[in-house]
Formats: sequence, C-alpha cells, structure tokens
Amino acid sequence: DTSLAEVNSFSPSMPISPSSMINQYKFEDEPELRDLFITVDDPESHITAIETFITYRVVTKTSRGEFDSSEYEVRRRYQDFLWLKSKLEEAHPTLIIPPLPEKFIMKGMVERFSDEFIETRRKALHKFLNRIADHPTLTFNEDFKIFLTAQAWELSSHKKQGPGLLSRMGQTVRAVASSVRGGVKNRPEMFIEINDYVETFSQKINVLDKIAHRIYKEEREYFNEMKEYGPIHTLWSASEEDIADSLKGVASCIDKCCKATEKRMAGLSENLLPILHEYVLYSEILMGVLKRRDQIQGELDSKVDALANKKTEKDLFSEEIGKLEDKVECANNALKADWDRWKQNMQCDMRSTFTNMAENNLHYYEE
Amino acid sequence: MEDCLAKKMEITVSEAEKRTGRNAVNMQETYTAYLIETRAVESQSEGQCAPVDSLWRRYSEFELLRNYLSATYPHIVVPPLPEKRADFVWHKLSADNMDPDFVERRRIGLENFLLRVASHPVLCQDKIFYSFLTQEGGWKEIVNETGFQLKVITVIVCLMTAVTQKYSNKHLSGCLRFTELKHYSDELQSVISHLLRVRARVADRLYGVYKVHGNYGRVFSEWSAIEKEMGDGLQSAGHHMDVYAASIDDILEEEEHYADQLKEYLFYAEALRAVCRKHELMQYDLEMAAQDLTSKKQQCEELATGTVRTFSLKGMTSKLFGQETPEQREAKIKVLEEQIQEGEEQLKSKNLEGRDFVKSAWADIERFKEQKNHDLKEALISYAVMQISMCKKGIQVWTNAKECFSKM
Repeated sequence: DTSLAEVNSFSPSMPISPSSMINQYKFEDEPELRDLFITVDDPESHITAIETFITYRVVTKTSRGEFDSSEYEVRRRYQDFLWLKSKLEEAHPTLIIPPLPEKFIMKGMVERFSDEFIETRRKALHKFLNRIADHPTLTFNEDFKIFLTAQAWELSSHKKQGPGLLSRMGQTVRAVASSVRGGVKNRPEMFIEINDYVETFSQKINVLDKIAHRIYKEEREYFNEMKEYGPIHTLWSASEEDIADSLKGVASCIDKCCKATEKRMAGLSENLLPILHEYVLYSEILMGVLKRRDQIQGELDSKVDALANKKTEKDLFSEEIGKLEDKVECANNALKADWDRWKQNMQCDMRSTFTNMAENNLHYYEE
Repeated sequence: MEDCLAKKMEITVSEAEKRTGRNAVNMQETYTAYLIETRAVESQSEGQCAPVDSLWRRYSEFELLRNYLSATYPHIVVPPLPEKRADFVWHKLSADNMDPDFVERRRIGLENFLLRVASHPVLCQDKIFYSFLTQEGGWKEIVNETGFQLKVITVIVCLMTAVTQKYSNKHLSGCLRFTELKHYSDELQSVISHLLRVRARVADRLYGVYKVHGNYGRVFSEWSAIEKEMGDGLQSAGHHMDVYAASIDDILEEEEHYADQLKEYLFYAEALRAVCRKHELMQYDLEMAAQDLTSKKQQCEELATGTVRTFSLKGMTSKLFGQETPEQREAKIKVLEEQIQEGEEQLKSKNLEGRDFVKSAWADIERFKEQKNHDLKEALISYAVMQISMCKKGIQVWTNAKECFSKM
C-alpha cells in the first residue's frame, strides 16, 4: 500500500513519532480504509505593504476518484481556515465541526509570531484538517475539497461566490433573534441530557486545562532550580580529595534528572496540553451546535404556533411546516449520530492521552 | 577510641518538653527542655539492664558546655551544636523554634552532639562533660568556676589587638598547612550553605509539582460522575493522583535529615576556623614576644656601648638635657638584663607551646578529616537511596494510574 509508505516519508519538518501516528489512526476509520492524507507544515512569513502574515503548506495525498490528481500542495493562511470552518458550519449546522486554534493567545507573553506560537498553531491546524478528513460527512464537503486543492487565486474567486455579506448578516440577525426568544420549549429529552452533560463537561475540561498548565509551570520552575543544583556539587568536589568522586557522581546524576525533567515537560506540551485545549474549544463548539439545533426547532415551533392561530392558508403553511419538520428531524439525527461519534472519539483521545502522560511519567522515574 | 566514654555509656536525648519559667530579668519565657538519659554499658551480655539515669537540660546549657570545651581545648575541632534558629527553610517548613518538627530535629541534633563528644578521644575524658551528663543541680556553677570565660575574653582581646595591628602570618614558617586549612574551611562553609539554599528551593518546587497533581484527583472524581464508560477508570485514576500528591510529605521530611547532616558540617567548618584562629593568635603572640626581646637586647647593647642605633625619645632628651650618670646607666642595664632573661625563658616556653599546639591540633584535624569523609560519603549515599526510593514510589503510582487510564 503505497499511500501508507508515503505517510512515513513526507514532511521531514513535522515530527512523526510512532505514538502520534497511532493517535492519527485512532480515528474511527481503519488505516487501510483511509484514502485522504493531509499534512500542514512549513510555516513561512509574508510581508506586504499592509500586513504581515504566515502561510502554511498543506499537502494532500489521496486515492479518491473525485480528485483529479493524487497529490496536491497548496499554501494557506489562517484566514482561509476560518473561511473553511464557517462554510462547513453553514452547510452542516448541527454537525460538530472541529475547533480551530484561537486567533490570539490571551495569556502569557507569547508574541504574535513567536516560534512557539506558530508551531502550536501549525499542529492544531494539522489536527483540524485531519479531523475533517476522518468525518464521514464533512470529508466529502465541496468547500473542503476546494480548500485542499485550489491554487491561491482560485480560492479567492471561489470565496467571493456564495451568499453575500448582507444576506449573511441577515442570517446572523435571525439567529440572534431566535436565541433571544429564550430556550426551546419542546427540546427532546435526549438533547436535554446532552446539554446538561456538555455544561458539566465544559466546566471540568476547563479546570483540567488549567491544572495541566499549572503543572507544566511548576515543572519548569523545578527544572530551573535543579539546573543550579548539580554544578554546586561539582564545585564542592574541587575542594575535596576523598569524596570528590562521590560528589561528582551526585552532580552527574542530578544533571541526568534535569534532562529527564525536560523530557517530561516536552511530553506534556506535545501531548496532553494540546488535546486538553482542543477539547476546551470543542466544548464551546458543542454548546454552539446545541444552540443551532434549538434554533432550527424554534423555527418549526414558531411556525406551528402561527398555524394554530391562523385558519387560512393552511396548505401553504403545511408545506412549510412539513419542510421544517424534515429539517428538524434531519438536524436531530445528524447531531445525534455525530454526538455519538464525538463521544467515542473523546473517550479514545482522553484514554490515550492520559495513558501517554502516565507512561511519560513512568519513563521519567525510570530514568 | 579505646577508652572513650561512648563505649562505656549509652547516651540518648530521648524527650523534649515545653516549659515556662522566669529568665534572668525575671520575665516569663517559654523554652524547651531535653531529657538526657544515660546508662552504663557493662553488664548487658548477662541480660541485666543497668539502671537509667536521667536529667533535663535546655539548649542554653548545651551552649555553655560547648563554649567551655572550645575554650579549654583550643586545639580540638569541637563538634558543633544544631542550629539555634531554623535556617534554610522552604515554605512549608516553619521557622518557629517551638514547631514540633523543628524541636524533634533539634533533639536528634543534640543527641548527635553528645555522642560525638563522648566518642572523641580527648573530649570524652573531660570532667565537666561528665557532670553535664550526670549531675543535675549545680552544674552551671561548676562550669563557671573553671574560669573558662576568662580564656574566652583573652582570646577576644588578642584577636582584636591582632586585627588592629593588621597582623598577617605570611612570613611565618609552618603556617602553610594552617593557611590551606583556613581556605578549605571557608570554601566548605560557602559551598555547603549555597547547596543548602538551592536544595531548599528545589524542595519547594518539587512540593508544588506533586501537590498540583492532587487537583487532578478532585476533578477526575467530579468528571467521572457524568461519564458512563469512562467513569470507573477516571475515578480510580483520581485516587492514585491523590496518593501521588500526598507522598511528597514523607519524601521531603526524610530529605530534611539529609540537610541536617550537611548542616552539621557547615557548622564544623566554623569549628575548624576557630582552631586556625587560635594558631594564628599563638603565632602572633610568639612574634610579638620575639620582637620585644630583640628590642630589649638592642637597648641593652646601646646603653652598654653608648652608641645610639635606634631613635628613642629618651635618648634624645638625655642628649639634649644632659647625660645620665654611670650609676643610673648601670641600674638600667641590670633591669634590662633581668627582663631579657625572663623574656628568653618565656619565648622558649611559648615556642614549646606553639609546637605542642601544632602537633596536637594537626592530629585532631587528621581525625576530623577522616570522620568528615566517612560521614559525608554516607550522607551522599543515603541521599541517593532516598532519591531512588522516591522514584520507585513514582513508578508504582504512575503504573497504577496508567492502568486506570487504559481502562477508560
């Protein structure tokens, strides 16, 4: 299977460790069934008269028939990803669209274009595209295909099509208005449960995210102190004779501990922190999806109410209502299916990420 | 070491008690008293247990004992006392002298002090030390009667004089060893105190890392409430996080003992310096005596031959205001000759003293060096063992946690 072999060989700038490969494969599709492989790498900065921005290289390899070629390489900037996400949300309002990394980082003194920031963002963008690729419905979305394959000018012209600014604003206004009307009266039991779950989950995942960051910070401070600790022993050994060797031994052990601590921290920042953060964003997305579902149902409910009040134009309304009922049913089903899928994935991800963290700590102590 | 007290007598500082009393200015104060128990070692093989003698002493009495020993045996590196106030604390340790952990560690330190004195070939034979251990009342009076405070004051005065005269011993022979020793004790003191400071900071940080993991326990438990399949795994993993967070307390307590061992040698460095100082002062004394003798001899010669080689005010005034009579000169010469005789004898005995001092001091210093190397090596080894055990505990906790996570 050549596509599998190619996964291992391309993008030398992206660290592909066995465990990250396994992580990718933990998506619900079996490796042999995957026919779309995407990587995001090679950030490059572009300076124009008006602005500075970063583009990332997006490489796609595929064996799907609907793609004209089997390999694509394009450059995309963050704005393009934002566009893709909003198109997907438009097309599938009750599907769970994966999160994008934030526009800005509020906390800390991370510069807008520091290497660390860019690398974190690149990894998140890579995750984003792959999650879409693994989603049974989203993967066949037309805009997604265009995103992966179109050259820069093609993409710009495609973006200009579709509902104009005014109609998009109209949609937004309607959405806000319907949410202002308050919670939906006839929310099905299942979605009430999901809502409650998401609220609690969101709380807990946020706390976990904070805890993990705090642990990272404490480990970093510990590491800084340890760096000073070893050399003192070496200094001491210079004044001693008999115990000089023992002291040097202790110094070298302490240095080894330092290195092990560095590894432990790297493990945290590469694995646990990004996943926890992704799920923090996911919990916000889930709230959004649930709202949109409520909105759709709200439309139906208000039309039904209107029908009950008006005796005439029954037929017209019935047709509309029929359509809306279908819409609601579709939305509900889509959401339910996607919800189940999301939960499965979440469980998988959490399991593997925490197991990974435990293993990391094990290695730390073993060293 | 054959006849040392430690072999004949079991000594322990077994308890500590808070007391209130009145101090020297009749104000109420709180202090801690320590129970010293002693028991003769002889008949243990026959299964008989000798009776235990005990008495209470407070820290200030230990200090008095040590000051006495330092003054009476200036050529000995006298074992140090545990610290008076808690130093090198990291945030969880309290700096309060009444804190039970501090009192406990001090109790161990005091016992260690007594054992060290009792196993020292010279110090263990001291009568005052023996009465410290066995005589409850009136010990203070006995110590003061020895007049050791006078020796202390003499040393201080000598020191101040030498300092004001900017005395340096570069040009004296036989001092190279002591100069090196002084440098060594300075280095030892600075490196150990640096080490202890950094260790305290490292301990603080490590404490933070472990304790934050405890938060996982709480959140996992809350999260498990809303999960179905993941619930059990999360809950039990949370429990292990709690275990992990709690384990740091014992680990760091053990490390405190290691820190105390290092502290002992930090204070020993001070004792080493005291011996060096005494040697310096003796050399200074010797040199001053020699100088004095030389100048007196010169004066004598001048008077006898009538030549003036050195300037003296008296000589000038006598030249200006008339010569002395031959009788006056004779009298002066006689006085000087007596003084010279005395001076030469004194110089001889001081030289002897000096040589004896160097010999016995150096013997004790060699003994100290061996003891130090042995003790520090053992301390380092035990530190390594502690670290290994900490890692083993860590491995266990995370293996368990990993299992729980994989069952999620």
